[in-house]
Amino acid sequence: MAVRRLYPEQPLSFAFTPDNLAWAQRQIAKYPPGKEASAVLSLLWRAQEQEGWTTEPAIRAVADMLGMAYIRVLEVATFYTMFQLAPVGKTAHLQVCGTTPCMLRGSEALIEVCKERIAEHPHELSADGQFSWEEVECLGCCANAPVVQIGKDTYEDLDANLLDRLLHDLHSGKPVKPGSQTGRQASCPEGGPTTLLEEGKRGTEKV
Amino acid sequence: MLLQDKDRIFRNLYGFHDWRLAGARARGAWDGTKALIEKGPDWIINEMKTSGLRGRGGAGFPTGLKWSFMPKNDPRPSYLVINGDESEPGSCKDREIMRNDPHLLIEGALLAAFAMKAHTCFIYLRGEFIRERERLQVAVDEAYDAKLIGKDNVNGWDFDIVVHHGAGAYICGEETALIESIEGKKGMPRLKPPFPANVGLYGAPTTVNNVESIAVVPDILRRGGAWFASLGLPNNTGTKLFQISGHVNKPCVVEEEMGIPLRQLIDDHCGGVRGGWDNLLAVIPGGSSMPLIPADQCQDLTMDFDALVKLKSGLGTAAVIVMDKSTDVIKAISRIAYFYKHESCGQCTPCREGTGWMWRVLERMRRGEADKREIDLLFNVSKQVEGHTICALGDAAAWPVQGLIRNYRHLIEARIDERRSPVKEAAE
Repeated sequence: MAVRRLYPEQPLSFAFTPDNLAWAQRQIAKYPPGKEASAVLSLLWRAQEQEGWTTEPAIRAVADMLGMAYIRVLEVATFYTMFQLAPVGKTAHLQVCGTTPCMLRGSEALIEVCKERIAEHPHELSADGQFSWEEVECLGCCANAPVVQIGKDTYEDLDANLLDRLLHDLHSGKPVKPGSQTGRQASCPEGGPTTLLEEGKRGTEKV
Repeated sequence: MLLQDKDRIFRNLYGFHDWRLAGARARGAWDGTKALIEKGPDWIINEMKTSGLRGRGGAGFPTGLKWSFMPKNDPRPSYLVINGDESEPGSCKDREIMRNDPHLLIEGALLAAFAMKAHTCFIYLRGEFIRERERLQVAVDEAYDAKLIGKDNVNGWDFDIVVHHGAGAYICGEETALIESIEGKKGMPRLKPPFPANVGLYGAPTTVNNVESIAVVPDILRRGGAWFASLGLPNNTGTKLFQISGHVNKPCVVEEEMGIPLRQLIDDHCGGVRGGWDNLLAVIPGGSSMPLIPADQCQDLTMDFDALVKLKSGLGTAAVIVMDKSTDVIKAISRIAYFYKHESCGQCTPCREGTGWMWRVLERMRRGEADKREIDLLFNVSKQVEGHTICALGDAAAWPVQGLIRNYRHLIEARIDERRSPVKEAAE
């Protein structure tokens, strides 16, 4: 378990934008009547996307929308570690995978880069407030280790130099390309596939 | 003898081709689905039993048998829940299915749901798979638009799919925690029994299957259970997505026959162990929860459920983590222990307290600051965690520690000796 608490300085209020509110209503409608609470993760996530982090007023607003007690939504927000309970870097919040498969391929060097270029401690904002980082547990991209997730995208097959360049590009507003940073296709072996070399239609023999 | 391309199910594993409906159809998906449904649920379940498919999420429970546990003639709705939480360190196969061949999963979901008389399916993706979720949703929308699923669809079985997601919790890969999570709660596992087949999602009969288990269903039914059963080894049939990470020259995900020798898997698809086969220290054969296997037992090792159980390990998700001789194996296992400490949901005391305790002791052992008698103590504590928790996370946390002590006790002792040696103290 990890200790996760709300940030001491909270905004006064939260409201979904009209677009997000309509989206939230569509999410709630996907679940059976009386089971509105099922939408809690997706609504909290959309609130975080809107605000940049998960605030206490957002937690209350989502609870009100779903007819849930505040404490139930607070439990959810503190249980699931993707909810950022404190403000994160405005340009990028780096989630560096540090679990064994990434560690074996050099994630510790990536964390050193983050300490040097962003901030000494995880969840600490850089001096200009634009960047922050944290070490996260397995991101599920182990064949492309080591991996960093920024927002919706993963940046894979990294090393210290590649991460340094990525941070530089993000800082200067240059476009960056998600996925493998060494140019390999998904989780295909480097240099080309060893299977599926024949093109054409899959055999669909009749049973 | 490698698996031939004609027997591969995941033809767009790496995303070289079109992942959308047109591309999937060109590869044979959604071909004759209606005819399969017309053969009836009993025929489908029988074919699945014939195929010998064992669940691909880690436990290896026979899929056809699991489906047959769903109650018949129950007035409550039945649910199919597909587990795409994929969070076991080393595992990265469901991601490739969901982003590069999502229609295999959607068609499989329809067929599986029909076999269990379910009209609704929830696909639960881990929160971090945001792009995968976006793609899967597009594919689901395509299937609705083409009337392949939905009300009054062309296949003749009303069927809805809801793409649902988590928000960063390994424990939600446990089936009852996943159900709790869909219900909008913390992902804390439930006591079993009652099993989900009787009291699952929203208190209704529910079957939870892994993404890969469902995605192979259409091919099994089209080609026949006997075709799938002819691949692999007895009791370990079919093809499997292997994921090789760590110290190999070319880490990758690859579909191979069950029971492929480990060495062939690494040499043929991954360009070999970094520094050559002789540089191999150990492998973790099935994701982080499986005990490691030292190199001397890897030479003739085959990758299947039964062979690995014989070595007191397991196939798990077939996520192979390779460690070469440069690895500090105590540190590698200590990092896994930290993972379980971080991901324990906190519900059961042995796991909540034990995972942190084991990690802290391992960290001292990594630095050589422990006492030798603590090695046995650590083993004993791991045995008190194992089997004493509601879900298997306690076991998953204990096994890697036990594997380390069983195989590398001498290393732990040597490190303690090194730290204590008078020469070193004098040098300091």
